[in-house]
Amino acid sequence: MISVQELSQSQETAAAKSRTWWEGKAPQIRELRFTLDLLRQSPLVVVGFALIGLFIAVAIFAPWIAPHGGEERFWQLPQQPPSWEFPFGTDTTGGDIYSRVIWAARLDLAIALTVVISAILIGSVLGSVSGFLGRAFDEILMRITDVFLAFPALILAMAVAAALGRNLTNLTIALMVVWWPTYARLIRGQVLTEKEKLYVDAARAVGASPTRIIFRHVLPNSIFPIIVQATLDLGGVILTAAGLSFIGFGAGAGVAEWGMMIADGRSYLFQSPWIATFPGLAILLSSLGLNLVGDGLRDVLDPRLRR
Amino acid sequence: MTFTLSHVIGDPVAAYITSQEVRLSEEQLQRIVRAHHLDQPLYVQYFYYLSDLARGDWGISRTDSDRPVVVSIQQYFPATAELAMISMVFALALGIPIGIISAVRKDKPVDHATRVFSLVGVSMPVFWLALLLQYAFYYQMKVHNLPSLPSSGRVDQFVWLDHPLKIITGLYTVDGLITGNFAVFFDALVHLILPAFALSYIFMAVFVRMMRSSMLEVMRQDYITLARSKGLSERVVIYRHALRNAMIPTVTVAGLAFGGLLAGAVLTETVFSFPGIGRWSTSAIVRDDIASIMGFMLIIAVVYMLANLIVDLLYGWIDPRIRLG
Repeated sequence: MISVQELSQSQETAAAKSRTWWEGKAPQIRELRFTLDLLRQSPLVVVGFALIGLFIAVAIFAPWIAPHGGEERFWQLPQQPPSWEFPFGTDTTGGDIYSRVIWAARLDLAIALTVVISAILIGSVLGSVSGFLGRAFDEILMRITDVFLAFPALILAMAVAAALGRNLTNLTIALMVVWWPTYARLIRGQVLTEKEKLYVDAARAVGASPTRIIFRHVLPNSIFPIIVQATLDLGGVILTAAGLSFIGFGAGAGVAEWGMMIADGRSYLFQSPWIATFPGLAILLSSLGLNLVGDGLRDVLDPRLRR
Repeated sequence: MTFTLSHVIGDPVAAYITSQEVRLSEEQLQRIVRAHHLDQPLYVQYFYYLSDLARGDWGISRTDSDRPVVVSIQQYFPATAELAMISMVFALALGIPIGIISAVRKDKPVDHATRVFSLVGVSMPVFWLALLLQYAFYYQMKVHNLPSLPSSGRVDQFVWLDHPLKIITGLYTVDGLITGNFAVFFDALVHLILPAFALSYIFMAVFVRMMRSSMLEVMRQDYITLARSKGLSERVVIYRHALRNAMIPTVTVAGLAFGGLLAGAVLTETVFSFPGIGRWSTSAIVRDDIASIMGFMLIIAVVYMLANLIVDLLYGWIDPRIRLG
C-alpha cells in the first residue's frame, strides 16, 4: 500500500515541476506508483521483468555480447557439442549457436515490436473512429474484424504469407494483417465506455474537435488495457512468428532466427540435440517473461481482483 | 441470444469472404492465368467460386499429384480430427481439475505452482515441445532399450499390413474398435500419445487459468455462502454448486480453443510426420498450391463454426436457465 507521506511527496514534486508535461497529472502518477507497488509484491512479475530486461539488453548489445557474427561459419567444425569455445555448440554448417541465438533475439524482438506497434496504430485509428462515429462505419468495421477473428492467428497468417510470398518482410506484414483486429475491437470497446463519461462532454462543450477528443482525452484514458494486451501479444507474436518460420516461411537458410534455427536442428535432433534446444529455450523464456508481466499487470489493473 | 445468432450466421459468411480474399491475392500476386473467369468482375468470380464449391469442385491439389482437393481433405481430415479430439480430452481432463484445485487453494503454494505451469504452457513453442518429447520418449528410450513411444506416423506399417483395417469413419482408433481390429486400435492410440500431449499442453494451460478465475468468481456469490450456511460440506459446495456455474466460461474458451488446436496441429503434425490436413497444408504452402490452401482454410472455418455451434448447444445442457424456449 502507498503511504500518506508518499502521496504528498508525489503531489509536491508535481507542483514543484510545474509547466512540465506531468503538470496536473498527480492522480495518474499516484495510480502508476500504486500499480508498480502492487506489481513489486509478486515475485513472478519481477522474474518476468528480469527476463524481458535480459532479452532487450541482449538484443540491443548483440554486437558486443556475441563472440561471433550471426552468419559467421566455422566450416571445419559442424555439429560440435557445447564446449567452452562454443557454449551452446555449433550447428550443421558450423555456426556458433550461442552467437546466433543472441543475434536472433534482435531480429525476433524487432519483428514482434513492429507487428504489435503497427497493430496498435492501425487498431487505435480504426477502433476509435468506429467507436466514436458508430452507425454504418462501425457495423462494417466490426463485420470485417469478425472475418479476421474467425480464423486462428497462425492459420490466417499462413494464408496471407503464402499469398504474399515466403520471406521475412511478408511474414511481418502477414502478422500485422492478422493482429490489428484485436486492437480495433479493444479500442472500440474502450472508446464506447469512455465517451459516455462526463469529461468527454466537458471537452465537447469547450469546443474540442472529435479528433482532439479521441487522441488527447479518450485514448490516454484507455492506455492500461492496451498495455496489458500488447504485453501478452508480444509473446504471442514471438511464438507465431517462430512457428511460421519453422514450417518454412520467413528467412532463408543461414539467417539467425529462432524458428529457422529449430527447423535446422530438427533433422539432426538425435545426433545433435543442442541445435534445436537452445533457440527453443530462447523462445520459451522471452515469451514467458512477457506472459508473466502481462498476466501480473492484468491482475493488478483489473479493479475487481484488486480489492 | 443475439450473440448466439450473430455467431452462427456470421461465421459461414466469414469463411466465404476470407476464402475469396485468398483467391484475390492469388490473382494479384501469383498471376496464374487460368480459364476461371478471371476477366469477369470480382463479384461474378465470387459467384462462380461459390457454385464450384457447392458442386464439390474445390480445385485440384498439386501437392497430391493433381487429385481433387476434396479427396485429399477426405483422406487427411479424419487424422487431424482424431488428434484434435484426443488432445482436447487430455487438456480438459487435466486442465479442469487442476484449475479447481488452484482456485480452492488460492494463494497457496499449489496455486503458485499451477500458475507457473500454465504460464509456461502459454509461452511454449509447440513445435519445440514436440521435438523435446520425441527426443525424450522415442530416442532416449530406444537408446536405453526401454519401451519407447513411436515418433512419427499414424500407425506402424507392419501392423497395418498384418491387420488391414476396414475404414468406416476414418478415425483409426474408432474403426479399430468397431471392427474388432485391436492391433490397429492400440497401435494408432500409441502413435497419438506424443503428438496429442504436445498439442494439449498449451490448451491445458488456458483451461487451468480460465477454470481458476471463474471458480474464484463463482465462490464469491451469495448462493455459495447460502450453501455453506446450510451446513453442506465443502466438497458438496464445490462440486454440486460451484462447478456447474464455473463451467460456462471454460466451455466457451474450449470452443474457441478448438480452432487454435487445429492451428497447433499444423505444427505438431509437421514434427511428428502425422498425415493430417495440417501437414498437408504446410506441404501445399511450400509448393504455393493455392487451391489446397483455400480448401484447408475453408475446412478450418467450417470446423470453427461447428465448434461454436456445439458450444452454444452445450450451454443449454450445462445451465438450464439459457435453454432455448
